[in-house]
Amino acid sequence: MRYLPLTDSDRGDMLATIGVSDIDDLFVDVPAEARLSGPIEGLPTHASEMAVEKHMRRLSKKNLAAADAAFFCGAGAYRHHVPATVDHIIQRGEFLTAYTPYQPEIAQGTLQMLFEFQSQVAKLYGCAVANASMYDGSTACWEAVAMAGRVTKKKRVVLSGALHPHYAEVVKTMAKFTEDEIAGGLPSMQGSPDDAGLIERIDENTSCVVVQYPDILGRISDLTEIADAAHKKGALLIVVNTEPVALGAIKAPGEMGADIVVGEGQSIGVGLQFGGPYLGLFAVRDPKHVRQMPGRLCGETVDAEGKRGFVLTLSTREQHIRREKATSNICTNSGLCALAFSVHMTLLGEKGLRTLAAENHRLACLAADKLDAIPGVRVLNDAFFNEFTVVLERDARELVRDLAEDDILAGVSLGRLFPHEEALSGGLLVAVTETASEEDIDALCSAISENMA
Amino acid sequence: MNAPNKSGWKPGTPTDATSAMNGPDTVTGNRALMLEEPLIFEIGDSETTGVDFAFASRLDLAGVEQPKQPTAASEHRSRLGGLDRAEKIELPGLSEPETVRHYTRLSRQNYAIDLGLFPLGSCTMKHNPRLNEKVARLPGFADVHPLQPVSTVRGALEVINELAFWLIELTGMHGVAMSPKAGAHGELCGILCIRAALEARGDAREVVLVPESAHGTNPATAAFAGYRVEDIPANADGRVDLEALKARLGPDVAAVMITNPNTCGLFEPDMKAISDAVHEAGGFVYCDGANFNAIVGKVRPGDLGVDAMHINLHKTFSTPHGGGGPGSGPVVLSEALSPFAPLPYTARTDDGTVHLVEEEDAESFAQEHYGTTMQSFGRMTAFHGQMGMFTRALTYILSHGADGLKQVAEDAVLNANYVLRSCEDVLHAPFAKSGPCMHEALFGDKGFGGELTTLDLAKGMIDEGFHPMTMYFPLVVHGAMLIEPTETESKASLDQFIAALRHVSSRAMDGDEGLKSAPYYAPRRRLDETQAARKPVLAWEEPEAPSGTPTQSERGGR
Ligand SMILES: Cc1ncc(COP(=O)(O)O)c(C=O)c1O
Repeated sequence: MRYLPLTDSDRGDMLATIGVSDIDDLFVDVPAEARLSGPIEGLPTHASEMAVEKHMRRLSKKNLAAADAAFFCGAGAYRHHVPATVDHIIQRGEFLTAYTPYQPEIAQGTLQMLFEFQSQVAKLYGCAVANASMYDGSTACWEAVAMAGRVTKKKRVVLSGALHPHYAEVVKTMAKFTEDEIAGGLPSMQGSPDDAGLIERIDENTSCVVVQYPDILGRISDLTEIADAAHKKGALLIVVNTEPVALGAIKAPGEMGADIVVGEGQSIGVGLQFGGPYLGLFAVRDPKHVRQMPGRLCGETVDAEGKRGFVLTLSTREQHIRREKATSNICTNSGLCALAFSVHMTLLGEKGLRTLAAENHRLACLAADKLDAIPGVRVLNDAFFNEFTVVLERDARELVRDLAEDDILAGVSLGRLFPHEEALSGGLLVAVTETASEEDIDALCSAISENMA
Repeated sequence: MNAPNKSGWKPGTPTDATSAMNGPDTVTGNRALMLEEPLIFEIGDSETTGVDFAFASRLDLAGVEQPKQPTAASEHRSRLGGLDRAEKIELPGLSEPETVRHYTRLSRQNYAIDLGLFPLGSCTMKHNPRLNEKVARLPGFADVHPLQPVSTVRGALEVINELAFWLIELTGMHGVAMSPKAGAHGELCGILCIRAALEARGDAREVVLVPESAHGTNPATAAFAGYRVEDIPANADGRVDLEALKARLGPDVAAVMITNPNTCGLFEPDMKAISDAVHEAGGFVYCDGANFNAIVGKVRPGDLGVDAMHINLHKTFSTPHGGGGPGSGPVVLSEALSPFAPLPYTARTDDGTVHLVEEEDAESFAQEHYGTTMQSFGRMTAFHGQMGMFTRALTYILSHGADGLKQVAEDAVLNANYVLRSCEDVLHAPFAKSGPCMHEALFGDKGFGGELTTLDLAKGMIDEGFHPMTMYFPLVVHGAMLIEPTETESKASLDQFIAALRHVSSRAMDGDEGLKSAPYYAPRRRLDETQAARKPVLAWEEPEAPSGTPTQSERGGR
């Protein structure tokens, strides 16, 4: 048992020091009838590193890795090239095997990194302050809704129909227990989001409006009017972003008046990993809202010799101090994913991020034009970044399944996202990042045109 | 022997504190291997990037396929809808060597399990096997999209099912919700299952009982789910007072949240009786499973009447804490609660198979297997949970097997008792007389001399080269110090820790004021937390240019 350093003679010596003769003497508080006498029956016993690796490798082979396919899936999780440096740094034991930085004198590495991360996120989102991360975009979205309720003392939540359905589901689930009233819907199958319709739904009792940008269909529009309308009624505008690379090309939500900006940070530094762990980003435009934020915050200070240093701060918002009055119950967050994001963002810098974004957009435009030229296929979006919706004259979900047989992962069908919604069943979300080659795009187009019938 | 080291010094020999670090000041502020590092905002700029883009390069290597001449963007009109980001973002970039150096330097200012014993009570800082890391990075796990067609992710589903099977077997429970993202998220999952189950029987209850010793996430979770939180009284032995609890139970109590082993590091011997009483009063039992490491493979919570328990895969099952996460908090559920589990979920049916159930088939699955309409309380997160943690945890579980996991619990408990009995004569151990502890040893600050506090002792431990224990938790012991060595420490490592703890404890007992200024040898001296909270600086801001003409040296260089 390679992870256990004690030898039998150590164990004997230690039991003697403790003053008992048998290990079970240390388990006396467990009633005898609840104590198992031997290893649980019917389960395998310990195995060598080689044997375990073999087993896990066999399971991994049953999945089609994105790298082995022509790959166009998005809908809240995006495949980008992650520089080798990122994975090297997050595997340094001093980062990987540290805990939440409760003892700042010996955790400056994590703390300074978090301060840099918070600053990067704030700048990317056009906000004043970002926290040290949430679990993922969907839980960050719910936390933002909960925070808006605390700030406005109102309970009516207006969700855009073009919010990621999983995010909307999380909000609806949580709201059942907090008695928030949720007004949602389905995305309108139009070239541009129905901003006017959304604005109409805002009233005096609205705590917040939640809009995704780019939205679930990949559409983008200026959010300034929604922000103004929300503010007039005393509501907050929450903007959800699931593709941070987009913000290297399009306006920041904070610039357009968003009060809380949340999102998924996975695109930068964190791989696909079948959906987790990911990285929840959370920021506020106005520093006055900081004390209502959920999660950990890292701040600058000085040590006893006057040297700059960093600590976790404003923790009177948090569960370990405030208990049932905390702004959130979150404890463990996504620290290592925040590190991956920060390293990748540092490698990119503004120049790299903008170049990356431009290339994503260029390839997406190319793919959109080629797809639009196929009979029976129409691009829905007026505007988009690296993901757009095509409307097919056949069930898109079936098509995706068919194409997967030939190692083409054509995208995410709206039927997968919104099961049982007939009107959306022809919709296919196609995401095109820098990892897709022009050859992949051609392969996708010919496969789709061959399979339209 | 004519070795150069005639005094026989070797690592572990005490150093003369006055001789250390007493050299001259340095112009860089560095001290040899103690390297200071500026912020990326101070060393990077918007024009630097450490990434080369394929499309921007002119690869011309023999045998390497030439990238197609990229189609110029101008051939395709931009579709950004006029929303181009015109303003500077001000994100600094560094070249690759600078980036590696920046983060490597930062990393060296961290304490970590890889460096030494990390006895944070309740956090289970055990060794993180590197095989887990290797397996999680196999392309079939790391490079798979959560919404790929199911036919292309069979292996991923098998991992979830296999881990679910183990968790169910190890806990003796009925089902498991795999999607919660960490312990606190799992708590919420369990409490929401309970609330959904109560509502399904038209039983609106308002109160959740939580011991004062509970972790902060417990009351925060119950409150978040809309419950009023009330205390469960404890007895003098640090356990739940069964009679007082029974007296409080009634038709308004939805659930009790109990940590077992509890946060004092003690097993709740009355657990079964507590569960029976709660069930009799129509409530449910939530068990905080953060301390499962003490009993894994030895005791099954299902045998103690537990209805829901989260398991922190980042504690018991060795997935790395990563400086604050990510974690993973699957929740095992009793038969009564399983139907209410969030989507997606896994459940074992009578034929022994474990199913993964999502929105689409939730209704048909419920009809077929529970003979009811779908009762899931809904979705807690996008996608399917922390897959990257599942692969690691399963790898760990398979490595240990049933016999190894039992040994894990036994060694964890042995190590903690060894620390307890080796230090109880120099530190106040409030519950030591009531018998052995489980996987962590609890001490208090009783008897400290002068104005010295638990914080001072902890900072003294930093100078001795250890991460301090958990401080001031649980709240029920004054100046609490909760020490969890875990099973992955050798006896030699424990002996050194014990020697250090005994020494620093005697200093605290003797009122050694020098501890007030500890740590002396860490990358930073004590940090001013009051200033940090009073005038929060939470993001980098470009310092205002000082007035006046810059000097020559200010203008040159970066
Ligand atoms: C007793 C206890 N309960 C709950 C939690 C919360 O778990 P997590 O940090 O994974 O959310 C912790 C971890 O810190 C804990 O120690």
